[in-house]
Amino acid sequence: MSLEWVGSVLAGTTSVGVVYLLGSLGEIYAERSGILNLGLEGIMALGAATSFITTIAWGHAVAFFVAGVLGILMGLLLAFFTVSLRLNQIAVGLAITMLGSGLSGFIAFPTTRKTILRALNPELPSTALEAQSAPMLPSAPLPFLKDVPIAGPMLFNHNPVVYVSLILAPTMWFLLFRTSVGLKIRSVGENPGMADALGINVFRIRYLTCMLSGAFSAMAGAYLILGFQPFWIEGITGGRGFITLSLIILSAWSPLRAVFGSLLFGGIEVLQYRLQLFGFGAASPQFVLMLPYAIAVITLSLLSIESFRKRISAPAALAKPYYREE
Amino acid sequence: MSVTPLVELRGIVKRFPNVVANDRVDFSLMPGEVHALLGENAAGKTTLMNILYGLYQPDEGEIYVKGKRVRIRSPADSIRLGIGMVHQSFRLIPVHTVWENVVLGLKEAGFVLNRKKLTDMVKKFCEEYGWNIDPNARVWQLSVGEKQQVELLKLLVRRAEVLILDEPTSVLTPQETKGLFKAIRTMAKSGKGIIFITHKLEEALEVSDRVTVMRKGRVVATKPTGEVTAEELANLMIGRPVLFKIEKPEVKKGGIVLEAKGLKVMGDRGVLALDGVNLCAHSGEIVGIAGIAGNGQEELMEALAGLRRVEAGKVFIDGEDVTNKGAGYLIGKGVSYIPPESTRWAIVRDMRLVENIALKFYRSRDFSGMLRIDWHKLFEFSRKLIDEYGIAAHSPSTLAGTLSGGNLQRVVLARELSATQDGKVPRLILAAYPTKGLDVAATEFVHSLLLKHRSMGSAIVFLSEDLEEIMMLSDRIVVISKGKVVGEFLSKEKTVEEVGMMMLKGSAA
Repeated sequence: MSLEWVGSVLAGTTSVGVVYLLGSLGEIYAERSGILNLGLEGIMALGAATSFITTIAWGHAVAFFVAGVLGILMGLLLAFFTVSLRLNQIAVGLAITMLGSGLSGFIAFPTTRKTILRALNPELPSTALEAQSAPMLPSAPLPFLKDVPIAGPMLFNHNPVVYVSLILAPTMWFLLFRTSVGLKIRSVGENPGMADALGINVFRIRYLTCMLSGAFSAMAGAYLILGFQPFWIEGITGGRGFITLSLIILSAWSPLRAVFGSLLFGGIEVLQYRLQLFGFGAASPQFVLMLPYAIAVITLSLLSIESFRKRISAPAALAKPYYREE
Repeated sequence: MSVTPLVELRGIVKRFPNVVANDRVDFSLMPGEVHALLGENAAGKTTLMNILYGLYQPDEGEIYVKGKRVRIRSPADSIRLGIGMVHQSFRLIPVHTVWENVVLGLKEAGFVLNRKKLTDMVKKFCEEYGWNIDPNARVWQLSVGEKQQVELLKLLVRRAEVLILDEPTSVLTPQETKGLFKAIRTMAKSGKGIIFITHKLEEALEVSDRVTVMRKGRVVATKPTGEVTAEELANLMIGRPVLFKIEKPEVKKGGIVLEAKGLKVMGDRGVLALDGVNLCAHSGEIVGIAGIAGNGQEELMEALAGLRRVEAGKVFIDGEDVTNKGAGYLIGKGVSYIPPESTRWAIVRDMRLVENIALKFYRSRDFSGMLRIDWHKLFEFSRKLIDEYGIAAHSPSTLAGTLSGGNLQRVVLARELSATQDGKVPRLILAAYPTKGLDVAATEFVHSLLLKHRSMGSAIVFLSEDLEEIMMLSDRIVVISKGKVVGEFLSKEKTVEEVGMMMLKGSAA
């Protein structure tokens, strides 16, 4: 195994990891405020489908913008059902996942896609209408830094979205743990009754985090197709949304730890492909496919010991609707 | 008086389904005053304060803050007006630090939270009141008394001028209570007004300047504390003189009902909680278990009720070996168990009263056939119990969770003590702290119930934190310390002081 091979695995690790990272950053905010956004997988799929189409029609920047807006709308939908109507968050989340997955399959289906593309931009050439893949985000290697061994290929030889995500993680950690808005979000997720009594608008905070989580989930989907795997297949998310949910538990609901969690899962995913190339596990391919989940179980068990000691656990009011007069 | 009251409530009316919780209530609070709001459970004290705090909206009446008429729609409004409340159950976030709990929602904290500045501020307030809390500690690490101080800190940093304390001493040790009273006086001296909700006469007398007594949703008197006596207040509270002494009829002791020999039981943490305890109780006898909390009393009760595994030793009921036979079997043998914190462990709050009562009687042939439960009959039965036990609920289909603590205790007692229609009286009654947190009238009611069952031939074993209560009620007293029986005697043989020493020293000195 040459250094080059290691470098390329590491580069791939970051590449996939960012999908998880973007998804988890928004989701952590939602869960910290007491909302379990189980619709993550579906919103991700929807983000992927729309950005696939809008990139062909209008380019990358618009694609991310559209995905973000759509994600916010999905977040609003989630908030309406879970915060205002106080429905069961698991049921609503699964419904949104189904809605998102179904809708994404529908709009990205070749015939519908063609119609949508024509409507969006009538001047598109027919090759674009038939295209099976979207143009990928351009790589923007950082001068000098990219040549640092190991860290260079891993962190500094990527597209801008990767850099932005990696900067977003500490920023969002700071917001969550060092500012009054963050304290409000965390308190709402722990004890909404108390937060309410201190004049904090529980509903507004939860609507906000729902929208944030929606936006981030959709962008994760957009990045998935524009930064990692530029051709559309149905079910493109492949359970990554759900893996993100378990990753958050592993990260103990911290945006910083989520970076490591994301890279860990990204690394496993990449290794899974690479090892298959080597013929590793050819006899039992299921073994390699099982790896991410097995590692999740093991790390979770180990972390739970640590968490128990420090009393880190899920936000106390997670997935519990808030009623004003108890 | 020329001074404007900090708060004035005029003609407050609040109706709940079936009850008028507040009926034309007037109340005022002066700057620098500690005003005790005294009343039994469910007298409407907490409702009134929840109205002032914005949790409830009054149906009628006016609220004035510093002479200006206001509407308080939410706690946020009341905080803005300088009104703060410390609830009976603390509203804190255990996993957050002290300072995070304190500054939550505080405007002055700014957007980026400056930890140094904020912890210094918390420390400054702590020093002022002589409290010793580390602002960086997580709230779950604190003692109950310290948690209460954090609650007070929340109000102090918001410069609240009106502090409402709802039964603040119910969770405190005597030392912590003393500390709290000192802090309350300090606050009053600095011009704040404190409303002290309580049902304990002595506390109202000790700490307040003025006292308002409520009964059944109405104010029955407001007087300067110096001008009233404990007896007067007690009369006002329950509307008739209290019997501080218990009239105990002579009952002939019957045969042995309960016999426990060499009981060894593990506590929750896996260490021995009971180490070879012998205990017996006769028909028509009340046995009081005295001991300092955490010396194995609760484990003893659970073991006797079949809820905790007996590691060694034997338990006999009416001569039959029932060791580790389980609670269901023991219920069949006529054992009734009233757990500590029974409103939590013996009541399903989301179920109706009739269902809560049915939890025990569904087994009875009187109420059920092979598969079917005769709800009609259970309703009738529940209605009878509601009447007999004076439960303030208008129907058996009232949700248990809507009743006050005192009333829920009555429901538990009704279920555990009442005989079914075939007239079987419980053989053995295990009552763990049956009067804890109850007001005078409810306590008296529990006492009379236990005595009534004693006359009917039940054997009774009971726990209490109140030594005087044990001395008055029991025929025989067993003192327990570190999981062992350290003394056993008839209640008339010893004085309260002697028993107290025995509990403390852990030996029959």
